[in-house]
Amino acid sequence: MPVASAASLLATWDSTQTSMFSPQATPAHLILGLSRLMLAVTGGIFIVVAGLLTYVCVRYRHRKSGPNAIQEPQQIYGSTQIELSWTVIPILIVVMLFLATARIIFATQDAPKPANALDVTVIGHQFWWEYRYPKLGIITANELHIPVSDPKHPTPTYLTITSADTDHSFWVPRLAGKVDAIPNRINSMWIDPQQAGLYLGQCNQYCGTQHALMLLRVYADTPEQFTAWVKHEQQPAVADPSAAEGRQIFQHNACISCHSVGGSAATGRFGPDLTHFASRSTLASGSVPLTSANVRAFVNNPGYFKPGVLMPPMHLNPHDLDAVTAYLMTLK
Amino acid sequence: MATHAPIADAVQEAAPRRYWLEVLHDWVTTVDHKKIGLMYIGYALIFMLIGGFQALLMRIQLAVPNNTFVSPQVYNRLFTMHGTTMVFFVGMPILFGFGNYLVPLMIGARDMAFPRLNAFSFWVSAFAGILLYFSYLGGSGLYGAGTAPDVSWFAYAPLTARVFSPGHSTDYWTLAVFLSGIGSIGTAVNIVATAVCMRCPGMKLTRMPLLVWLYTVMSGLVFVAVSPLTAAQIMLLLDRYLGSHFFDTQAGGSAILWIHFFWIFGHPEVYVLVLPAFAFANEIIPVFSRKAIFGYPAMVAASVGIGFISLSVWAHHMFTVGMTSGANTFFTLSTMAVSVPTGIKIFNWLATMWGGKIHFTTSMKFAVGFLFQFLIAGLTGIMLAVSPFDWQVHNTYFVIAHFHYVLVGSILFMIFSAFYYWYPKMTGRMLSEKLGTVHFWLFLIGFHVTFDTMHFPGLLGMPRHIYTYQVDRGWGTLNMIVSSGAIFQAIAILVFVYNMVNSYFRGRMAGPDPWDAWTLEWAVPSPPPHYNFAVTPVVESRRPLWDLKHPDDPDSQYE
Repeated sequence: MPVASAASLLATWDSTQTSMFSPQATPAHLILGLSRLMLAVTGGIFIVVAGLLTYVCVRYRHRKSGPNAIQEPQQIYGSTQIELSWTVIPILIVVMLFLATARIIFATQDAPKPANALDVTVIGHQFWWEYRYPKLGIITANELHIPVSDPKHPTPTYLTITSADTDHSFWVPRLAGKVDAIPNRINSMWIDPQQAGLYLGQCNQYCGTQHALMLLRVYADTPEQFTAWVKHEQQPAVADPSAAEGRQIFQHNACISCHSVGGSAATGRFGPDLTHFASRSTLASGSVPLTSANVRAFVNNPGYFKPGVLMPPMHLNPHDLDAVTAYLMTLK
Repeated sequence: MATHAPIADAVQEAAPRRYWLEVLHDWVTTVDHKKIGLMYIGYALIFMLIGGFQALLMRIQLAVPNNTFVSPQVYNRLFTMHGTTMVFFVGMPILFGFGNYLVPLMIGARDMAFPRLNAFSFWVSAFAGILLYFSYLGGSGLYGAGTAPDVSWFAYAPLTARVFSPGHSTDYWTLAVFLSGIGSIGTAVNIVATAVCMRCPGMKLTRMPLLVWLYTVMSGLVFVAVSPLTAAQIMLLLDRYLGSHFFDTQAGGSAILWIHFFWIFGHPEVYVLVLPAFAFANEIIPVFSRKAIFGYPAMVAASVGIGFISLSVWAHHMFTVGMTSGANTFFTLSTMAVSVPTGIKIFNWLATMWGGKIHFTTSMKFAVGFLFQFLIAGLTGIMLAVSPFDWQVHNTYFVIAHFHYVLVGSILFMIFSAFYYWYPKMTGRMLSEKLGTVHFWLFLIGFHVTFDTMHFPGLLGMPRHIYTYQVDRGWGTLNMIVSSGAIFQAIAILVFVYNMVNSYFRGRMAGPDPWDAWTLEWAVPSPPPHYNFAVTPVVESRRPLWDLKHPDDPDSQYE
């Protein structure tokens, strides 16, 4: 069983979407490089010391028969030279590992910010993520879009991280280590994904009942995709006449106290911005795919997918529920 | 193995059979360090079964993705109660229990320095545990159904503020930890005073058994570490009920302040728990290797060194809260520095076994298990000190695996070792070695299946404190293996409990010195009389009973 499980482990090691062992951005690469050195050093120490322990247990076990079976072994009380040797050698190893670590700490945390870096503000909420692009005038939720960074002409994204309520933590393992989102405090980090695609992660600091489904999705877009996405996000919400009834029900209920829909009467800020809601691929901070049926189920009873979610059930009748769902699905 | 005649004859006056109320009254009002020690141990064992049961429920929930065995609310209460119980109401009391029992006996004293403070400390701690569990009934007050705390065992602000944690469940947590802190500080004062003032004639500090040295260092750490935690609980209560804003981020308070307070307690706390485990190893490994401890002065220096260094490492729990690169570098260095004195200890234990005649009793088996697992726990500790690596694995199952390697693989293994070693002294009867061997192997297998495997989901991105996870994350198989190991451990614990109960009535009589050991507790009958020593002993070396057994070649010649 151990062999089989080790083999299956190695197979999943790289394919797992949240493995720190398949880095796709500079900070994650730096960390993996350092981690390899660290694993080699500690692995070496383990082999030596565990080997000694095994040798001692086998070689010096008590034998019932033998010439001196009853006699006590020779009493040895210590040796200063030996004590010194196993004090000094570990100190040297520690200093070596420390210097290697310090280099990576400074290279990651104190990297100079290029002028063309994209700024994004990340705000953790119970239990979803808000993303603001201050220079682009975009506010969105749960699905972060950033440009791919070509190593020859880096366009990193600098994240300013804070929280609206309790502590959270922003962690996308293939891009970088985690940084906590703490209320009344501004933290920062940077990422520069080198390959277009979707990167997954999730909140990494216990933040309340539904901490487990506070998932993270980071889309690294090609420059063209990203420009198109920005242009689209900057538009006000689509006002599709076919969904007028649903919009009215939405606006006449408490929905608008918490949700914003750009260019409409809905300006709430407590819940996720819904201006381009239907252009996202997931619902409930990444818990389920965004489909009409899922949206209807969520609006009917938000706790169905996410027990503990702060949105209350709105007690809409089936007809209104259908109308609101239809309206939300037009918010491309 | 007992090749030498017992030092003292086991003559216990046969007590008349008493009415159970008298017995109860005797235990409740006792100030005898041995009875208080046993009560600490018994109380901790009951809580260990409760905390272990909570762990089992959590492992059932996590065995497969998207499980609905328990609700998120129940799961959050389970991990909060499991962590709080195991640290404050199992780890601390069981180790204080052994300390209470052994420290006076090992230094030839009649009792602890302050017997009444001792009883007070025990009862305060005991009621703190009951208060914590009363939250299941009273957590939401009279108005709603009961709930237990669900803020996790480190209860980060501002999740504990009233706006995020209404009702009284957090208050029960705060008050229970506060009271347990008072009890711990009381016992720590007692242990230091006892070790400093009550040693028998001839027992200079340089002859004090290493166990007593380590308990003294541990108690010193309790003063420095538990006091800020206790103070922080009062600050939290002020925030919740009297309108102060220490941790109230909505009113300009600081969440980081709580994190500092908690870990300036929380990290030394790890050493508060692990130093007694070292203490047991320092007594048990030499006796079963039949050799004196190698490098006694180095062991004392390393223990005191660990004590001091451990006060400067707390922010390694905070590498992700946004400290400056300078601060992260400092705490990387200070944390790595702990590995030097810790390494010295491991090497000295190996050197003690080197050239010895190792008797693999159950007690020694657990001690060797401790050495192996503590080595790994130390190495993953060095990994976590590498702060960039910690940025990846902080708050993941890698960290959970690491600290369970310390708490279960090292500390609990050494506690089991101590049970097999000192149970005969405490009860007068031997634990069954046959059942002990079953217990050891079952627990060893269960431990490694669970906690070796647990490192990997963390490396693959699985955070702690989540009640479920998505199928596509690929953590399912690993979690199933982790959960299956728990079954072995649960059976092993049942074997252990059965062994303890059965041996109490049917175990082989132990006599005063079943292990042919060398420290003073083995010079008195088993169990020892109220007064401990009929005549105050006088010692001339670190191993007074060795001197008695080998008058031709006493230790006092070499020290």
